Amino acid sequence: MIEARNLTKSYGATLAVDDLTFDVKPGTVTGFLGPNGAGKTTTMRMIVGLDRPSKGTVTIDGRRYRDLPVPLQEVGALLDAKAFHGGRSGYNHLLCLAQANGIPRRRVDEVLAIVGLDAAAKRRAKAFSLGMGQRLGIAAALLGDPRILIFDEPVNGLDPEGIAWVRRLMRDLAGAGRTVFVSSHLMSEMALTADHVIVIGRGRLIRDESTARFIDSSSTRSVLVRSPSTPRLNELLIREGATVETDPSGALVVVGLDAARVGEIAAQAGVVLHELAPQRASLEEAFMELTSESVEFHATGSTNGGQGDR
Amino acid sequence: MTAKPYSFANVAVSEWTKLRTVRSTFWTFVVGGVLGVGLSALISGVSASHYYSDVVIRATWDPVGRSIRPLLLAQLAFAVLGVLTVTAEYSTGMIRTSLAAVPKRTKMMAAKMTISALSSLVVGEVVAFAAFLVGQTMIHSVQPTVPYATLGQHNVLRVVIGAGLYLALVGLLASGFAVLLRHAAAGIAVIVAMLFIIPGLAAALPTSWSQPIEEYWPTNAGTEVYSLGHGAHALSAWVGLGEMALFTAVVIGVALYVLERRDA
Repeated sequence: MIEARNLTKSYGATLAVDDLTFDVKPGTVTGFLGPNGAGKTTTMRMIVGLDRPSKGTVTIDGRRYRDLPVPLQEVGALLDAKAFHGGRSGYNHLLCLAQANGIPRRRVDEVLAIVGLDAAAKRRAKAFSLGMGQRLGIAAALLGDPRILIFDEPVNGLDPEGIAWVRRLMRDLAGAGRTVFVSSHLMSEMALTADHVIVIGRGRLIRDESTARFIDSSSTRSVLVRSPSTPRLNELLIREGATVETDPSGALVVVGLDAARVGEIAAQAGVVLHELAPQRASLEEAFMELTSESVEFHATGSTNGGQGDR
Repeated sequence: MTAKPYSFANVAVSEWTKLRTVRSTFWTFVVGGVLGVGLSALISGVSASHYYSDVVIRATWDPVGRSIRPLLLAQLAFAVLGVLTVTAEYSTGMIRTSLAAVPKRTKMMAAKMTISALSSLVVGEVVAFAAFLVGQTMIHSVQPTVPYATLGQHNVLRVVIGAGLYLALVGLLASGFAVLLRHAAAGIAVIVAMLFIIPGLAAALPTSWSQPIEEYWPTNAGTEVYSLGHGAHALSAWVGLGEMALFTAVVIGVALYVLERRDA
């Protein structure tokens, strides 16, 4: 289990991570969501000891990362698709990592087969495509057969086949009882893979709950109603406290009442309905709404040239 | 899996794999060797051919120096290797992967420096012996009547072995600066300033200033091991090399202190 307590990281006056407290529980895929620049990468770097927290702590099963006896057997991390020396072959890259933690050499061949790089393993890594680099990074994360896996934006730059492969891999890893902590700036990506989501914006915790609950609570729901007597129905619904708008096709979009209640009101008044459909805001819309106040760099421009997605 | 903690030996084996699996290591050593031995052969041969025509050469004739001093150019290759083994981690992004595998940073960097210094020592000794033997052969074959040196003569073996040690030490010092600076260009600039530019500038100062600098500047002190005899004020060979080793240890100590505390 990963436990972050009051985790804070500041760069001068900029707070990249602001007092984060959360747990990542075993046997689940936990999504780590936030817009670019929200502090996801910085948080992950602090988990594996690359950055030191300005305040607070983060531990792996109660120990600081640097105190783990065999780090690669406890935590596998993919933080960056290009964190290898391009002059070295994929095989030798994995070999030097395995040796550093006393992991047997045959494990290098095993992980190369898992990620499907066995044929390219003897080539120098600088010739690898982004997708192959990503696979090499995942192979490195799997080297020690760790119980905890940390992936930072693992599908970035991958083709559809690669994306499907990464999703399946994460589900399989969690299915085998491992803890998977994966970041993304795309809510839709997380809806497909994560059981639990931790949402941050501007370094602060916004939500920490199951994906189902998050989707439920953060989607604004509306009901689409089509009726031959639109003005009458409009009046009735407003009287019941709903907010009603008319969409371009002439249908009513009702917010504040659920579909059952709309149906009952229409039936009591004898209004004919041609269509009654609950609508759900897309996940992406919900997520954007939730984090809109916390996006650091709006497209309209900002004078703050800060740290970006560190 | 068994959780046997990783040891310094594990990390050293890993660093050896890193060093031998990039081409730049091999080519840097080849350049160092060719530069060292080639220049030594050239200078030894040319000096011998001028032995009878050039009074100054004859009056100050030092056959050991003629074949070992040219290594002062080859030291550049050892410095570059010392810098690159460290800065390649940063320029490629490998450092993040390396430190995730070995979060005890001092252990990782100490293993890296140990391996690159040992490799440089082996190559440095081979280059020093080759430079000496090729140089003496050149002197003897160009002018058979000119005095030449053998390893059995007084202090000659010390000079040759010391030259190899000095080359390895230059690499180690360069690695120390590289850990502090993290960029190849900056690391190489500092070690070149240390080895060539500052001693060169010192010569422009009044003698009362330039003499102590020439004598005690760490890398100058180190080169005392190259000389057979010593002037009235020069440090002895091992004291000089010792001073440079001490300076290197201080630089590395500061570098490791900084490495442990900053963000990777």
